Amino acid sequence: MSELMTHAPVLAVLIPLLGAPLCALTRGTTIPWFFTTILSALSFYVSLQLLFHVSANGPVSYELGGWAPPWGIEYVADPLSCFVMLVISGISTGVLLYAKESIAAEVSSSRLGLFFAAYLLALAGMMGITVTGDAFNIFVFMEIMSLSSYVLIAMGEKNDRRALTAAFQYLVIGTIGATFILIGVGFLYLMTGTLNIADIANQFDSISETRPARAAVGFLVVGIAIKLAMFPFHIWLPNAYSYAPNIVTAFFAGTATKVSVYLLIRFIFTIFGVDFSFGTLPLTELLLPLGVIAFLSMSLVAIFQNNLKRLLAFSSVAQLGYMTVGIALASETGLTASILHIFNHAIVKTGLFLSVGAMFFVTGSIYLKDLAGIGQRMPMTSFSFVLGGLALIGVPLTPGFISKWYLLQAVLERGDMIGYGLAVGMLISSLFAVIYVWRIVELAYFKPSPEGAPSGDAPYSLLLPIWLFILVSFYFGIETSLSAGFAEQAAKFLMGAP
Amino acid sequence: MFFDHFNYWVFVILLMIGLYTVISRSNLVKKMIGLSMFQIAVFLFYITIGKVEGGTAPILLDKPDVVYSNPLPHVLILTAIVVGVATTALGLSLIARIKETFGTIDEEEILEQEDKS
Amino acid sequence: MEEFTDIFLMLLLVAGALSVLYVRNLFVATMLLGAVSFIMALIFVTLDAVDVAFTEAAVGAGISTVLYLGTLALVGSHEKASARKSVVPLLLSLVVGGALIYATLDDKMPVVGAADTPAQTSKVADRYINKSGDEIGVPNIVTSVLASYRGFDTFGEVVVIFTAGIGVLLILSQMRLRKEEKEDVSDIPTSETPAEKPDQQGSPHDLVPHVVSKLLIPFIMLFAFYVQFHGDFGPGGGFQAGVILAAGFILYSLVFGLHFTQQILSKRVVEYLLVAGVLLYGGVGIVSMINGGTFLDYNVLSADPVAGQHLGILLVELGVGITVTAAMLAIFYGFAGRADGRGEDVNPE
Repeated sequence: MSELMTHAPVLAVLIPLLGAPLCALTRGTTIPWFFTTILSALSFYVSLQLLFHVSANGPVSYELGGWAPPWGIEYVADPLSCFVMLVISGISTGVLLYAKESIAAEVSSSRLGLFFAAYLLALAGMMGITVTGDAFNIFVFMEIMSLSSYVLIAMGEKNDRRALTAAFQYLVIGTIGATFILIGVGFLYLMTGTLNIADIANQFDSISETRPARAAVGFLVVGIAIKLAMFPFHIWLPNAYSYAPNIVTAFFAGTATKVSVYLLIRFIFTIFGVDFSFGTLPLTELLLPLGVIAFLSMSLVAIFQNNLKRLLAFSSVAQLGYMTVGIALASETGLTASILHIFNHAIVKTGLFLSVGAMFFVTGSIYLKDLAGIGQRMPMTSFSFVLGGLALIGVPLTPGFISKWYLLQAVLERGDMIGYGLAVGMLISSLFAVIYVWRIVELAYFKPSPEGAPSGDAPYSLLLPIWLFILVSFYFGIETSLSAGFAEQAAKFLMGAP
Repeated sequence: MFFDHFNYWVFVILLMIGLYTVISRSNLVKKMIGLSMFQIAVFLFYITIGKVEGGTAPILLDKPDVVYSNPLPHVLILTAIVVGVATTALGLSLIARIKETFGTIDEEEILEQEDKS
Repeated sequence: MEEFTDIFLMLLLVAGALSVLYVRNLFVATMLLGAVSFIMALIFVTLDAVDVAFTEAAVGAGISTVLYLGTLALVGSHEKASARKSVVPLLLSLVVGGALIYATLDDKMPVVGAADTPAQTSKVADRYINKSGDEIGVPNIVTSVLASYRGFDTFGEVVVIFTAGIGVLLILSQMRLRKEEKEDVSDIPTSETPAEKPDQQGSPHDLVPHVVSKLLIPFIMLFAFYVQFHGDFGPGGGFQAGVILAAGFILYSLVFGLHFTQQILSKRVVEYLLVAGVLLYGGVGIVSMINGGTFLDYNVLSADPVAGQHLGILLVELGVGITVTAAMLAIFYGFAGRADGRGEDVNPE
């Protein structure tokens, strides 16, 4: 097994990365899907082993090309990157278990080989961003992820032609974001002469007073915020999530923006340093209000949506607001809350989107008016949606409660008026969540079905993965020691690193 | 003094023109053209970082005391150029499809159609 | 004199960019964008970045322009006057520009061309410049860094172009739903000769392009192979070679018809080549892992590390070249195959 462990950081990325070209050659409906699922599961297995290894023995470094950093590119598996890799590959595998019939209904079978190749590329891109220890390599893998996600989103055009414009809008905004990151990395290189993240971090204190370094911080934070769909850069996300094929939405909702949250944490805590980011620079004053506006306004906007996927997408922007607040608090508890919420929200939101996907599979619509009485027509699917909705609100025994609890603790730790204000804000946002979830519950259980509406529940091949996500989420809502333990370890590692 | 940062300023101006083109124009092809310019500007930024006055291209010569410009930014930008053309290709193929399904490539007209449906 | 050229080129660059912004004919805007790319390539030469200049000229002024023209042939080239208020975009760009100018107005901001900047004095650049000759044994340092020290970035780059290739195949292989907007393509400016429409089939009247391209194409292909295998010694490498080789095929399709090119390289073959390049590059990495090194560690490919480096670089550059050629052709096929009703070939002879 030691052989596996030495290569594990690169294997977790290489498996999907080299699997993608092979997948592009496969034909038919079953083989591409099966192949992709196996590769994703392998990547998940490697990430899991890596997390246990790193958690017990400390960070692992891998020198690509055999060149020591900073000359070569380094992969660094530390508690944070391993945890996020586990989330990404886990969500990907879970979504794939569900994907076969769902995607066959949405994308023509002659193109499934290429479709799943793009899926694997998106997975590989995200894994690469997470594990790399090189600032420019982040950009390269971010582009692999972005380009493949534009394609995957555009594949929703068979159901709704707006998928094309959504993909184009995301392409333009995403490219601007990535270019901002490129400019930021350029300034860091200009001032330090290196691209290795650890190396830049070591030198950052000596250059932090210069204007180019501050410009680097500015462009990196804004660039990542665009990719993260942080308020007010979120406009691309509701469109992209609404019109993409259902499994693509479910996959990205659990992973894509989470990778950006990871990047934000990585740059702020590892490179810029806590003291500089929150002491010298006013990042708290900047990120905190944005996070608060995000979770308040977007929860409110979600209430008024009549497209179920769009509703969930706005709810996602709101949840990203919570994560931003956790980061902006600049405390170990806040960071733990953010990292834990990456994990919890990924599972819950993916489960919810899969559930919506099942409703679409049967009824052919995601608009609320067509889903009236869905509770009687599709009892198992609807019930899973309700349970996921409870987790969004943050009801006790759900994972949503756990991460909000941590965030509440972090907020109250401040002990000042802002802290109490934030707590009240979180409460209001949760109330909004109650309203938008209740709207669906009311519609599903207390409204009559439209005439001639198709009835009958989704097939088991869809129901089982949905319930897998819902049950796993409840497991982590009750038994928190594992998830919260890893999140705390990652937060401690980031805050403790000199 | 003026020429100390001249290249950087040209980079900034190009970047601004590119960004302005992307945001202000409603024709999708024009937006892509703006995006290309936006990316090209960043190439200039990186390549300028690598320049050494009196230096030569980083190809080893059999002479002593040759000053070479820094090869690393060149490598990075080679990658960035590839990324740029990849983005352009995807964006343009999306535009071609948008034209086929919406009958227009003007953002405002597309939005009107989307609002109706 | 050098400063004068520099400033002149820079002003030309800005003028070009501004005219791209204001011109309403998209065909003209595309040509101007090509000109801007080409001027940028010239500036890169003055900044000692010959490899980048080569690539920018081939890609920015070459392939990109072909892609834009291919799109314009499908969507028409007139830009409607926009009623939109342009205050907010202007403010946004000014803020971004202002932030950058602010950053450069600092004593610590390295001066252009200075030899004592952090980037120049760092141990990273030092090793590349002073040690790569012994460690890798390739005169072109850019090739050493690209293919070996930062070989994984380049692998990522190949995957990016692969992604674009399959992405365009996926997006443009969609069946056409409607066929009634054929009149929309009629507003292509008359200045566009048939040879510029990527889907345009050769016609017996275009004698000059036929003769000229028949003479040129063998040399273009030969040059591509030279660039591919001479990249260790001079500017060039897999990427540039791939673009040039693809350009040769594209020129052939433009003049003689897509049909003939696809007889030599069918869509299926192009797809296989697209995959083959990535697998060749990745395969070299896997072999180094099996030989006991890390991914893409070429030292273990041969008993002599420098020989291993040579072998590794040769193979990965070949992988780059194959994938780039195939991706460019796949993208071109995608656009050219899109213009329907014009699929019949006219025999040029």
